[in-house]
Amino acid sequence: MTRVSMRVDGVTYTDEVEPRTLLVHHLREALGKVGTVVGCDTSNCGACTVHLDGQAVKSCTVLAVQADGAEVTTIEGIAEPGGALHPVQKAFHEMHGLQCGYCTPGMIMASIDLLKENPDPSDAEVREGIEGNLCRCTGYQNIVRAVQQAAGEMKSSSAGTAAPETTGAQA
Amino acid sequence: MTLTEDPATTAVEKEVGKARRRKEDARLITGRTTWTDNMVLPGMLHMSVVRSPVAHGKISSIDVSAAKAAPGVVAVFTGRDIADEQGSIPCAWPVTPDMVNPGHPSLAVDEVNHVGEGVAVIIARSRAAAADAIELVDVDYEPLPPVLDMEEAVKADADLCHDHTQSNTSYHFVFDAGEAGTGTDTEQAFADAEVVVSRRFVNQRLIPAFMEPRSVVVQPQGDNYTMWSATQVPHILRVMLASVTGVPEHKLRVIAPDVGGGFGGKLQVNPEEVIALLVARRLGKPVKWTETRSESLMTAHHGRDQIQYVDIASDREGNVKALRVRLLADMGAYLRLITPGVPALGAFMFPAIYKFPAYRFECDGVFTNKVPTDAYRGAGRPEATFAIERIMDELAVELGMDPLELRRKNWIQAQEFPFTTVAGLEYDSGDYETATQQALELIGYDELREEQRRRRESNDPVQLGIGFSTFTEMCGLAPSRVLGSLSFGAGGWEHAAIRMLPTGKVEVVTGSTPHGQGHETAWSQLVADALGVPFEDVEVLHGDTAIATKGLDTYGSRSLVVGGTAVVKAAEKVIAKARKVAAHLLEANEDDLEFADGRFSVRGTPGASLAIQEIALAVFAAHDYPEGIEPSIDADATFDPVNFSFPHGTHICAMEVDTDTGFVKIRKYACVDDVGTIVNPLIVEGQVHGGLAQGIAQALYEEAVYDADGNLTTGTFVDYLVPSAADLPHFDTGNTVHEAPGNPIGAKGVGEAGCIASTPAVVNAALDAVRHLGVSDIRMPLTPERVWRAIHQGGDGGDRAAAGTNAYGGASTESTTGVSTPASSLGGDR
Repeated sequence: MTRVSMRVDGVTYTDEVEPRTLLVHHLREALGKVGTVVGCDTSNCGACTVHLDGQAVKSCTVLAVQADGAEVTTIEGIAEPGGALHPVQKAFHEMHGLQCGYCTPGMIMASIDLLKENPDPSDAEVREGIEGNLCRCTGYQNIVRAVQQAAGEMKSSSAGTAAPETTGAQA
Repeated sequence: MTLTEDPATTAVEKEVGKARRRKEDARLITGRTTWTDNMVLPGMLHMSVVRSPVAHGKISSIDVSAAKAAPGVVAVFTGRDIADEQGSIPCAWPVTPDMVNPGHPSLAVDEVNHVGEGVAVIIARSRAAAADAIELVDVDYEPLPPVLDMEEAVKADADLCHDHTQSNTSYHFVFDAGEAGTGTDTEQAFADAEVVVSRRFVNQRLIPAFMEPRSVVVQPQGDNYTMWSATQVPHILRVMLASVTGVPEHKLRVIAPDVGGGFGGKLQVNPEEVIALLVARRLGKPVKWTETRSESLMTAHHGRDQIQYVDIASDREGNVKALRVRLLADMGAYLRLITPGVPALGAFMFPAIYKFPAYRFECDGVFTNKVPTDAYRGAGRPEATFAIERIMDELAVELGMDPLELRRKNWIQAQEFPFTTVAGLEYDSGDYETATQQALELIGYDELREEQRRRRESNDPVQLGIGFSTFTEMCGLAPSRVLGSLSFGAGGWEHAAIRMLPTGKVEVVTGSTPHGQGHETAWSQLVADALGVPFEDVEVLHGDTAIATKGLDTYGSRSLVVGGTAVVKAAEKVIAKARKVAAHLLEANEDDLEFADGRFSVRGTPGASLAIQEIALAVFAAHDYPEGIEPSIDADATFDPVNFSFPHGTHICAMEVDTDTGFVKIRKYACVDDVGTIVNPLIVEGQVHGGLAQGIAQALYEEAVYDADGNLTTGTFVDYLVPSAADLPHFDTGNTVHEAPGNPIGAKGVGEAGCIASTPAVVNAALDAVRHLGVSDIRMPLTPERVWRAIHQGGDGGDRAAAGTNAYGGASTESTTGVSTPASSLGGDR
């Protein structure tokens, strides 16, 4: 067993882990972070995507021991502490970018990372940017719309202008 | 000055038709989910499954001693250990009286019949300990020849998949319109025909590939058992588990918590569900099993897999005269829940929207040493739609006609509804011409044809093709009497209940269990309109047999059509019960009461009114209510449809084919679907998009490939190509609306439309691009390799590289040493 310490969604955890433990299993089974899910064995589906020191990683390709000392953010840690949703979360809801929701945590975490690299992606750039994440329900079109809508909102709020209320009023 | 109120502006806005954002999303976008694998219970044990590495063989010995001694292992059970209590995985659809069902043990006892079949289970204190011990189980197999090719399997001297059966044919199902009295003599029609076109199509094996792997947790409590399962069908599962295991139905509770997609793939009674229940019963401890993705691809049921021999007859003007379909339908090694019924359900859809005078359908269900097939999005109808829409194009080519003109000449006209088809189905409503016109405009048809002409004239290496699919489907499964006439083992009704809470909130209980479709949102919209209560005040409960006590779950585009209607019917009963109480409290005659926007008012007496919430509170207090009735306005309803509903639509694909590389790329995709009344346009659009993705994936990407030994070579997402966002085009979608007359909502169902319609449109488009180069068919999926071979070498592109070869590199574990078959390309021991 190896001692690992990591900060996950703002809380520091220290645990003894088997060296072979994958980060995703550590998150789910030791820390109870079950918002992050496992969809495949081969790092193809991206359902387990989290941020490791600010970078999107598939947490099934990272050993827990590799995350020793790291800052991990999961889907459970991206909303404001007061509960206000991250713009990408809000946009997935607004644009109907999810159906069963199983791929959604990974899809949202990958999209946040994509927008950090490219704050104003085209349709094709979004599609290429999230091609490491599989969704079986949506056909991706509304995910692409959601990412672009979030991009617009994040740009206008970072520019210091008031973010326009999204059309959620009627919802 | 008197202010006149305009009733049109004061009326409460209707919920039905609104693009409500989904209630379900809040938990799903924040990770506050209840997937079955999240479940942790005190003392919970973990199960792993030891699976066969051979496709067909006798189990000569199993040694579990090393596994039993491994750290953390609590128990090991082989098929022999549970042989007396495991029963057989049920098959609810004996499509013919003499159908052969070889029986389907949850764990193999004497013989394995497909790679991945369970032979033993390990029960351990952790997931890792259970997985580690798999390698310690030593199983010896005496290999038998695997039966893998359907056309070989039905020959007289074929090797047998099950040696206790006479042949590899499970059943021979026939529908003959002449005999049924719904058409004329098919053989005569072919004998008299001026033009006959015959084709053999391969509708390849697919894997549903829901994103959430299957998972089950069973908790024993005395002689009661609670099962959480990632299932589409908790109600069906409960009944079936009771009949298989002998655990009485009233001692079983099945819960489907958040379920991550199904697409028919979770419409099943899984061997692992049965075993988990038996193990929990034996050990008296909670047990969890969650599959890996490789297990899922290898052992969860597959879909499609038909060889279709299709003949079409017409006169020289293109008036169709007859259709004849013969199918070989791969059952896989066993019959699961509705394995044999899938092609039989499709039988009625081959004539599609065309007015064939004569039709004959024959299907052989064939056993092979592969994982069983069963429902996958569309279940029988995509296969039928593919065959008819492909052969219509082939006939058009033969006649030198425009493919759309040929369709138009033969399809049912708008004024002919309701129309009884040659298959005996009564199509409810629609207008194929209008949907087609809209789709042509949406895709910009004329410009695309012009571009196609230019590319052809200039011999452009990238050719353009346009493909159509003018489809219909039977949805709203299903009228119980019709299911009875097709020998299905259950009905097709759905149940709902409405509970009016004293605080004015409303609980809606539905027997239709969602797994991504948005029932909570759509049902809230229905109830908000029916009862005049706020959308936010409605809570939809589902997926737990102790809460939603009656139901037949979610599949076959049935939820809104059948389950939604049950909700509306229950709401009508609530209003009828409330009316009596309102009349009493308002001291009025029931007949003088009007119910609108959630209030009862007395006609001609302004101001005298009661909201339905006030009545709910009044009957809760029960201080003052009429004599002779119960103090409750709660109600439930069971709705059994009289007919199916028939969504339809026109799908058009424009496809670029690179003749140098064989690479195909969808340039544009447009479709106009008629799914009847649209309750929530956002959800409808989402369902169409998702269906399109899966239908296009069949045409271009997905295929479950087996090698010559029966190993699945597409056993991971590296090899089984579920498309990514980069692999799919933008979809232009539209709707026409012809209400379904068979239900008060007017809905026809939308879950399967995109998946059923799109596949032939895509293949027809690719062929349209290269037909002038002599290509008349390309096998699905249209990989660059196949397309290139079809263009440059002729034929249909042939098998995938891994198919029928020996992809299995050699013995990788002790238990596979010495395993070989006469069909192995390597031969001998490996």
